Parts: sequence; structure tokens; C-alpha cells
Amino acid sequence: MSASAKEIEQLIGKEYKQGFVTELETDTFPPGLNEEVIHKLWKIKNEPEFMLEYRLKAFRHWQTMKSPEWAFVKFDPIDYQAVSYYSAPKRKEDGPKSLDEVDPQILEAYKKLGIPLDEQERLAGVAVDAVFDSVSVATTFKSKLKEAGVIFCPISEALREYPDLVQQYLGSVVPTGDNFFAALNSAVFTDGSFVYIPKGVRCPMELSTYFRINAANTGQFERTLIIADEGSYVSYLEGCTAPMRDENQLHAAVVELIALDNAEIKYSTVQNWYPGDKEGKGGIYNFVTKRADCRGENSKVSWTQVETGSAITWKYPSCVLTGNNSIGEFYSVALTNNYQQADTGTKMIHIGKNTRSTIISKGISAGRAQNTYRGLIKVLKGAENARNYTQCDSLLVGDKCGAHTFPYVEVKQPSAQVEHEATTSKISEDQLFFCQQRGLSAEDAVSMIVNGFCKEVFKELPMEFAVEAQALLGLSLEGSVG
Amino acid sequence: MLNIENLHVSVGDKPILKGINLQVKPGEIHAIMGPNGSGKSTLSHVLSGKSGYTVTQGQVTYEGKDLTEMAPEIRAREGVFLAFQYPVEIPGVSNIYLLKAALNSIRKHQGLPEVDAMDFLTLIKEKVRLLEMDERFLYRAVNEGFSGGEKKRNEILQMAVLEPKLCILDETDSGLDIDALKVVAEGVNSIRLPERSFVMITHYQRLLDYIKPDFVHVLAHGQIVKSGGPELALELEEKGYSWVENKQAA
Repeated sequence: MSASAKEIEQLIGKEYKQGFVTELETDTFPPGLNEEVIHKLWKIKNEPEFMLEYRLKAFRHWQTMKSPEWAFVKFDPIDYQAVSYYSAPKRKEDGPKSLDEVDPQILEAYKKLGIPLDEQERLAGVAVDAVFDSVSVATTFKSKLKEAGVIFCPISEALREYPDLVQQYLGSVVPTGDNFFAALNSAVFTDGSFVYIPKGVRCPMELSTYFRINAANTGQFERTLIIADEGSYVSYLEGCTAPMRDENQLHAAVVELIALDNAEIKYSTVQNWYPGDKEGKGGIYNFVTKRADCRGENSKVSWTQVETGSAITWKYPSCVLTGNNSIGEFYSVALTNNYQQADTGTKMIHIGKNTRSTIISKGISAGRAQNTYRGLIKVLKGAENARNYTQCDSLLVGDKCGAHTFPYVEVKQPSAQVEHEATTSKISEDQLFFCQQRGLSAEDAVSMIVNGFCKEVFKELPMEFAVEAQALLGLSLEGSVG
Repeated sequence: MLNIENLHVSVGDKPILKGINLQVKPGEIHAIMGPNGSGKSTLSHVLSGKSGYTVTQGQVTYEGKDLTEMAPEIRAREGVFLAFQYPVEIPGVSNIYLLKAALNSIRKHQGLPEVDAMDFLTLIKEKVRLLEMDERFLYRAVNEGFSGGEKKRNEILQMAVLEPKLCILDETDSGLDIDALKVVAEGVNSIRLPERSFVMITHYQRLLDYIKPDFVHVLAHGQIVKSGGPELALELEEKGYSWVENKQAA
């Protein structure tokens, strides 16, 4: 064993940095799911009437459904009756009005994560909604955004304050019975963010939600709904972490985006849920449905995701290109190390004329991980001159991991152009030795090579996020060579 | 500076180097010549720390320290530089990024402060001028889509920036036409310093027309069979390698 391999052995021992637990008094439902639990949930959230019906309908549909088995991932069946569907830090009846009223322990937890909620300490230009287990605990810069007419608040608050707006759009992109996990989410979602950008408004700052799972044996079912009205623009960022626990925890979110005429939404994710330990024990099951409807003419949605966490990722941020001349983009870096499994990709559904989509997917596998790209390009009959370009690259680090690509193409319109390019490469011994001969450690060399591989995607991320993503990639790869 | 004593090296069970002795003092230029399969590249790989080689006998000391005990990156940080025969491509990583990361890891090892982006830019632009290169070179991905000549020049640029004490050139002349060879040789000459040593591994004499060695060694069957001054290279050119190889056999 060379000296560098020894260094690497030591690095493997490094821990997931966000793995701490915050000790809090919580209101937590006992495990189990039935109509009574949903009733209780609806009541505790103080939601409008229509939500009870919405949730129950979803729940009844969910009971008839089966957990999907087509993904290239392996896990033991989940006992949905062993999960608690609501956990919230104990607080006063109507919730904190300002940051001063938020439990200092929670503020401390976010601070530790590098997300100070104090507006003074925040990077100017990024507003944050902090979701802790089942509830939103704080939203910053609310008043400043209000001046611009932008609504940015927890979805539970939006349901009380703007019920009509929510009712009009909720479930309009991802219906309650869309898939197993979406149905479950629709029945039991607890919180998440709501964004509405009025006509012609360019949102004056980046909006961001930071999701944190803290409690044990609970699932996080968050719901995000973003509406960009005609001619508006918003850039939205999402980050996530969880403590290290030996049991797997479920995270089944639904994100719906709606872009009306000439509107643009840029949605960026840096996902760093606890991936489990290096033997594959514990970690988050990240089963997420994300979909955008480019409903208006000339509308545009771009998804950028950097996925480094979770034991299992099952996620396909998609675009339904309904409006003529609408554009969908998907830029993805998915990194799996140790025993992580990822089955991720996108769906681009071309409905309107002259619709265009671009997919750049970079999958990196290290350790014994399995990384799958799964993508669907569907061009419907009316989508004249639809165009798609897909580039799908895989990089293997070591010889015990796997990369898989499943592209699906369905074209019903003869004028459509669909291109697919795919490559698979391996970090070669020669590349590593070259970098080491220039003075870099093997770890730094792998991190640099991987970052180079992902460059096309990173350049799509907002500046602060790009830096974070690069650092995260380096961390997630620790112990991957040797 | 570099002291190689009775060095025996195997790949698997196969002995490649069979007792190399070589001493390089600061500022000296040594040329190592030899036919294909004589062990020239093995020697450069062993000195720079590439895996897959086993030292079975003998020792290599560099500035009084056992070189074979050091990881490749430590050797690099201590001032050993290998200009590769086949420089690799690293897609998406710009030359300037690699150089800055490399320089800072070396400076850190030497207890020097890291250079910031501004100082680095000043430094590298000066090197680019010195080597008469195009600045755009810096922003291209490492060796990606480079011609053979560009790749070799890039190696020289890296050498110029990292300022090593011992430079090993592994068949830097291979694959170059005469014009490219001249440019690369001029690059090497421009970074010569009284204290900086070079070990040039080459198949042909022509490189030595441009970079004058102090010593020439002929490697055959894993041993240095003949050493001499620059005139030895000319003699070899005239008589061919069979001349020394036969001599050894005799």
C-alpha cells in the first residue's frame, strides 16, 4: 500500500458533518396512518375545508396503489404504519411571529448547518424558509418580498391566508393519484414552501428553502408550490440535511412549478440527506416527485440538481411543455458513494409547438454504489418542430460501482428532432498519477477531476450554490479512492 | 542531489532495471539514451513514484532522503518533476486551475503562504511570456484537444510554474516535428538555473542538439553500459545502439 492509500484509509473515517441531533421537546403523532390521523393532521394545521377532502381522496387512492418496483434500486419494503406522520417542535399556539420567538435551539441548529436565519447574517439577496421536520420554523425577508408583491411563506400559512390561490394550483401539475409516493404526500404533507410571483415581477432576491429532518422515526413529506405569473422570473434554491441514524428515514416530497406566459423559473437543488454509513446502514430514502408545467407560451423552467446524499434517490424532475415555444431544461449531477443507490433523471413532455428541451446529466459512481439515469422524451402529435438534446455522461471511480442509463423516447410528431449522446468513462490511473506528480493528493485529484466532469452543470447553479456544490462533491467522495 | 545506487526494479516477476548507478549534482544535465525496451521509461516512473514497480535491490536518495519511501505527491512537493511522455487529458479542468492547485499544494508543503488568485495571475502570465505561449492556453481544459506539440509545451509550462529542483523529461521529443522540438527545447533552456538539474530520457540524439547535456549515459538491458560527455551521443548516432549492446554482450 502506498503512502497515499494510507491517507485515504484515514479519510474514510470522516463523518457526515450535518449528522447531529437537536434535542427538542416535540409534538409528535404516534406512528400509524389512517383516516383519523389525516383528520387530526388537517385539524392541527388549521386548514381550509377543501384540504380535508383533498387529503382523504389522496389517501383512499394511495391505499389502492403499490410501491413502484421498476426503479433500479433495492430496499426492504417500508412499513408505513411504523412511521410517524407529524413531528413539530413544541411552541406557542399560533407559532412564532418573528425570529425572536423561534426556539433558540432551532436557530442554533441552522447556524451549525451554516444557514443563519438572522437576516443580518444572511447573504443579502437570499430569502430563506426553514422547514424543521414537519413544520416551517422561520421565513426571512418576508416583508421585503411583500413590497415587490412576492408571496413567499410556508405552504401551511398560504393555505390559511391565500386558500383560493392554493386551491387553484395545488395538484394541478402532480395530481393526487399520480404515483404511489405523490399520493402519500398529498394525503399527509405537513409543510413546505409556497411562492407566488405576480405578473411582470422579477423576484428581487433568490428564494431558498432549507429542509431539515431531525426527529427519529418520522417521515418528512413536504410540498412546494411555485407559481410564476405572466412575465415574471424567480430563482429558487433548495437544500437538505438530516442527522445520522441507523434506521432508514423516508422523505417523500412533491414539488409543483407552474410557469405562465413568458415566465421563467429556475429551480436549483443541492441535496445532501444523510446517505447512510459506509456499510450502507441507515440513510434517507428520498422518493420525490418534482414536476413543472410550462403552461404559458414562451415560458421556461430549468431544473438544476446536485444530488450527493440519501441512501436511495428516486427522483425525476420533469417538464410538461404545454405552452407553444416553451423551454424545459434539466441539469443534473448525481454522485453516489459507498452503498448509495440513485435512480434519477427527467421527463420532458412536448405538447406545444416549437417546444425545446435540453438535458445534461452527469452521474458519478464510487465505492459500491449504483447510479442510474432514467429519462423520457415524449413528443405528442401536436408538438410540431419540437426539439430535444440529451447528453448523459457517467464517470466511474473504482471498479466495484455501476452506472446505468435507460433512455426512453416516444415521438408521435414527424418534425421533431431528438438527439441523445451518452458516454461512460473511468478516472484512469494515469490521470490520478499525473495530478499526484504535480503535487496534489489522490483525494484532491479525484475531486478536481470530478468537478471538471460536472462543470457544465455547475455553471448553471447560482454563484453561492456552485461553491457549496463543489465543496460537497469533494466531501462526498472522501474515501472513494485507494 | 540525486543518488541512485545499484537499483534493481521489477514489474511483477520480471526484472527491468538490473543495477543502475547514477549521480546527479545540482545544475547538471544528464541525458539517458537507449534502445526501445532498455528500461528508460521505467527509470523515470520509478523516480517519480508511479505504482506497479517494485524496487528489489539498491536505493535512491534525493537530497539525502530515501526517495522510494515517498508518495508521488510528496516527491512532487519536494521538487521532483516528471514531464510525461504521454500527458493525460483532464476534461473540464482548466490549465490555470490545475496549476494554481498544484503550486499551492507545493507551497503549503514548503511552509510558504498560498498565492491568491491575483498574484497567481501575475506569476503565470510572466511564465507564459517567458515561454512565448498564447495566454488562451491557460483557460483550455488540461491537454484536451491539444496537439502533440501543445501537450509537450504544456508540460514545460507546468515545470516553469512549479519550479522544481529536479526535472525528469521522459521522451519529451517523441512525436514532435523539428519545429515543435525546437520550441520545446527553447522552453527548457529558458528555465535552466544554476541549481536546477535535468535528467533527459531520449531515444534520439537530435534533442541534444538543442539542450546540451553535461553527461550522456547509455541504457541497455536494464543497465548503464556506457557513460561519457556529449560526444558519446554523436558516436551513438553514427554507430547505432547495437554498438554498445554488442559491447556489453562481449
